[in-house]
Amino acid sequence: MPFEQLLIEGLAMGACYGLFGLAVVIIYKTSEVMNFAAGEMAMFSTFIVFHVLSFYHYPFWAALMIALVFAAILGILVQYIFLRPAKNPTLLSLIVITLGVEMLLMGLAAWKWGAEQQEFSLPISYMVTYEPVKGFVISQWAVAVFIIAAVIMAFLYFFFNKTNLGTAMRATQQNKHAAKIMGINTDLVFAFSWAFSSVIGLIAAVLLTAKAILDPQFMMEPFLKAFAAAVLGGLMSIPGVLIGGAIMGLLENFFGYAWPVWKPITAFVVIVLVLCVRPSGLFAKHWVKKV
Amino acid sequence: MDMKRAYYEDIELFKSGTILFWTIVLMVALFTLPFISTNYYLYLFNLIMVHVILAVGLNILVGSTGQISLGHAGFFAIGAYATVLLMTKLGIPFFPALIIAAFIAAFFGFILGLPALRLEGPYLTIATLAFGLAIMHIIGHMEVFGGRSGLRAPALNIGIPQLGWNLTLSTDVSKYYLILIITILMVLGAINLLKTKVGRAFVAIRDSDIAAEVIGINLTIYKTLSFAVSAFYAGIAGGLFAFVLGFFDPITFNMFLSIYFLVMIVVGGLGSIMGSVTGAAFITYLMYALFKNVKDVPYVGDFLVAISQRWLSITGMDNLSAIALGLVMIGIMIFEPMGIFGVWIRMKKYWKAWPF
Repeated sequence: MPFEQLLIEGLAMGACYGLFGLAVVIIYKTSEVMNFAAGEMAMFSTFIVFHVLSFYHYPFWAALMIALVFAAILGILVQYIFLRPAKNPTLLSLIVITLGVEMLLMGLAAWKWGAEQQEFSLPISYMVTYEPVKGFVISQWAVAVFIIAAVIMAFLYFFFNKTNLGTAMRATQQNKHAAKIMGINTDLVFAFSWAFSSVIGLIAAVLLTAKAILDPQFMMEPFLKAFAAAVLGGLMSIPGVLIGGAIMGLLENFFGYAWPVWKPITAFVVIVLVLCVRPSGLFAKHWVKKV
Repeated sequence: MDMKRAYYEDIELFKSGTILFWTIVLMVALFTLPFISTNYYLYLFNLIMVHVILAVGLNILVGSTGQISLGHAGFFAIGAYATVLLMTKLGIPFFPALIIAAFIAAFFGFILGLPALRLEGPYLTIATLAFGLAIMHIIGHMEVFGGRSGLRAPALNIGIPQLGWNLTLSTDVSKYYLILIITILMVLGAINLLKTKVGRAFVAIRDSDIAAEVIGINLTIYKTLSFAVSAFYAGIAGGLFAFVLGFFDPITFNMFLSIYFLVMIVVGGLGSIMGSVTGAAFITYLMYALFKNVKDVPYVGDFLVAISQRWLSITGMDNLSAIALGLVMIGIMIFEPMGIFGVWIRMKKYWKAWPF
């Protein structure tokens, strides 16, 4: 495969990881919860798209709209039912709760849709390719990924920096109690950030189905990589997670081309090595425990 | 609550006559169990004890030292593979092989402990997770380790074949006694470790590593030591697990196993040895016994089958265990963050203070 091809595919994959990493970062930014259930929440919503498509035969965009609404509600419900009741949670107990949600959703999806793999075809194909410049082939899928990622990034940048709700989210992250005193409805902020995260996760998952087969475990590996990308970016900064995702995608593609056997773990090994040098990721201030 | 009158009481093994009495009763019960139990339950008990060893070790790391590990399935796998390979390829007798394997696991624990010196919270989680995945991947792709098709454990010969002393344990009953004795030794070791200077250093690091460093605890030594001890326990557990199962492949040691291990100690109670024992027993029972046969449970089983047929799918019913475990994890964290141990403490307090 030529160099440009690997570069573009790696960047497109990286954009997917970056998008999905955003789902992790948005929640971490507001509530300091590492959401291990993000992958399974996205998986579950993707199955809703599949279900609406195959049982009610709606057009794809209608099914996607329904699933987006479902994803938002799912995000809010997970936060409301499972995370809010925890009293004075520690980091570990939050991790355990989200792992519990992950297993719950995975079990439910496998119970409902069976553990077998399902036929699921996107309207955006991986096979249709364009060649705008000679020797520079780009697939329809990659184009869609770049456009969607750019739109979401721009929207989030605008949202976090220019709107009241975005500012309220940042304030809540810095100090929840002070934010409450300032009149911020922190419950609303949490609900919004979970809904946002879940919706972005669904978009990333739907894009990823082009490269994977739909089964209850299909988001496991992408989630771990996206999570690693988010950690690489520092878990706090939105440009950071994009760059982390891009590094992840490129590493995976180039190493995967050179040594296909070790493709699934090279990226992780590199991330651990980077973390040894910069313990809080590339783009964050040192992670400090609130004493 | 329990009043202490002398420093010696802090390091006593049995705090009171009552505890001594019940411990003896438990020991007698455990040693006579094979006479009244069927083979299937002995297999289950063997699994439980293997998980108890691992949970006790993991609790030293997570509960007592406050470091998070999502990679313990990796150490578990190292223990299993190293024990079997040392026995089959190099012909080392069982006990030395088990101990060497555990030290290999401990060495890897030390290696993983090095980045842990600088990483905290989320970053440590991802590093340990990556370690577990990497181990699973490496053993799955190297021919020495049997590749994807897995390894078969040899006959469990606890003698020294080179000197002509052979003692092959082939039944579940004989394996039960071997594992029981090792488990008791390992649990005793953990209880005593936490009462020494080292154990107190671990707890100090958990409560505040900055404060611990200020009062003169060498973080480098004690954090890596905690990882190494925990990995040593996982290595021993893995070596025994290989012989309980008889056959294993890389998929056995996937990421979910690490999660289940974490669940065991969280459900049992963080930082408590007895908690990890009960947690490991409880979760293993749920996973390997109750939910494997949930269709045969009266009423509930029929109800679940009916639901599956009406709305869900009957083939996916095996996933009930994942759902139930997820709910148990969430429920414990919300209602009783101290786990089963916390419930026990609360009950004890209630009866001691009754009627107030």
